[in-house]
Amino acid sequence: MIIQADAVSVDKSGTRVLDDISFEVQPGTITGLIGPSGSGKTTLMRAIVGVQKISSGELNVMGQPAGSAGLRSKIGYVTQSAAIYGDLTVAQNLQYFATLARATSKQVDEIIAQIQLTKQRNQLAENLSGGQKARVSLAVALLGNPDILILDEPTVGLDPLLRQELWKLFDELAVKGKTLLISSHVMDEAEKCSSLLLLRDGNLLWHGARTGLLKHTATRSVADAFMKIITAGEAK
Amino acid sequence: MYHFRATFASAHRILRQLSHDPRTIALIFVVPCVLMALLRWLFDEDEATFTRIAPALLGIFPFVIMFIITSITTLRERTSGTMERLMALPIGKLDLMLGYMIAFGLLAIIQAVLVSSLVLYGFNLEVAGPHWFLIVMALVDALLGAALGLFVSAFARTEFQAVQFMPALIIPQILIGGLFLPLAQMPDLLEKIAYFLPLTYAIDALNLVVANTDVTAEGWRDLGIVIAFMVGALLLGALTLRRKSN
Repeated sequence: MIIQADAVSVDKSGTRVLDDISFEVQPGTITGLIGPSGSGKTTLMRAIVGVQKISSGELNVMGQPAGSAGLRSKIGYVTQSAAIYGDLTVAQNLQYFATLARATSKQVDEIIAQIQLTKQRNQLAENLSGGQKARVSLAVALLGNPDILILDEPTVGLDPLLRQELWKLFDELAVKGKTLLISSHVMDEAEKCSSLLLLRDGNLLWHGARTGLLKHTATRSVADAFMKIITAGEAK
Repeated sequence: MYHFRATFASAHRILRQLSHDPRTIALIFVVPCVLMALLRWLFDEDEATFTRIAPALLGIFPFVIMFIITSITTLRERTSGTMERLMALPIGKLDLMLGYMIAFGLLAIIQAVLVSSLVLYGFNLEVAGPHWFLIVMALVDALLGAALGLFVSAFARTEFQAVQFMPALIIPQILIGGLFLPLAQMPDLLEKIAYFLPLTYAIDALNLVVANTDVTAEGWRDLGIVIAFMVGALLLGALTLRRKSN
């Protein structure tokens, strides 16, 4: 297991944000972290990346406790709002992070092409559109070829065509053996993931293969399955 | 080797950011010179007073400017999310701190040379001691301001809060640091407090170099103390930088 959570809870200033969560993520898969906003998706991702303290439980990544120094070069993390320098150009942003992630300048050029921003490479990041900024932020996470990619709503606000391109890229990365954890509140994106984590109010409602979820709930879409699980939970 | 490269890459990045903001650079260089010129003009008829307070202000202006610029820049790094991204990367906390110090140190060198030259050669301030020591003190004071700015930004969540540190932490040091009244003439308790504040030593060193032909032992001691405060603020800054939030 590349990510293993065992009874993980997180409290933030007295409020339980994640409650007793256990799951595992297989290497080389795309796992969708699905749930409405405020369900704890970002907190869970930050805990895996190692920038959020957990209150109890055990959270291991590649066999080490989350946040270990050895993991920092192995995980690429994309936050919900683009964490890049607005007063640097696209290329300058990537060059800086490439040095820190031990990536080559050749990889910088490759990645700029991959996210289709070759034309904008010398533009200041603050002058880019929201979608373009999000792509630069994603590109930063790809530098240094991390084994695990934690992507917090990477396709929000993107043009449908570009969204499709990115999902193609995610698939390619998974085929290459990378492990991706992608959060979304858009249910049709959940259909593209092989595994799912359904989160609501800090509780993990389901974890496992998407096909298994559909079978278990006898539904045809993740949206319907999610609804069924929620109503079944509330009936109890 | 990696830490070395990460430090210089960070310094390079910060200077590149500033290069897209020429107005800030102009402010760093021009403002202290304009303030000095204003002071010279103010005491046009009273050169003795100018000679008495100009050396201290040669340290205070760069100190204040660097404090503000560094605390705001670091805070912007936190609020934009890039700090969190950096903390998830292998870069060391001290690497980042030193990167900031190198970038702002380079600016401080130019600033110190400019404002000191103006006072020494433009306004012919009579300085008995070596001019280089005066410039070094102005530079070290700017770096002290930068280091303190890095440190206090950890305690501010917004830019509004960061700006408040200026009146809260900087102005008292200016008031009781020996600029308005020599330490010996101050109430006992205030004098004792003043000895715990770094700017006191900065002002003392600048006054000493104006009065004595050589750098005195006390001058060297002052320089050492200011550097010690600077290093202390940097280490505390690295300690207060958290990789994990609660």
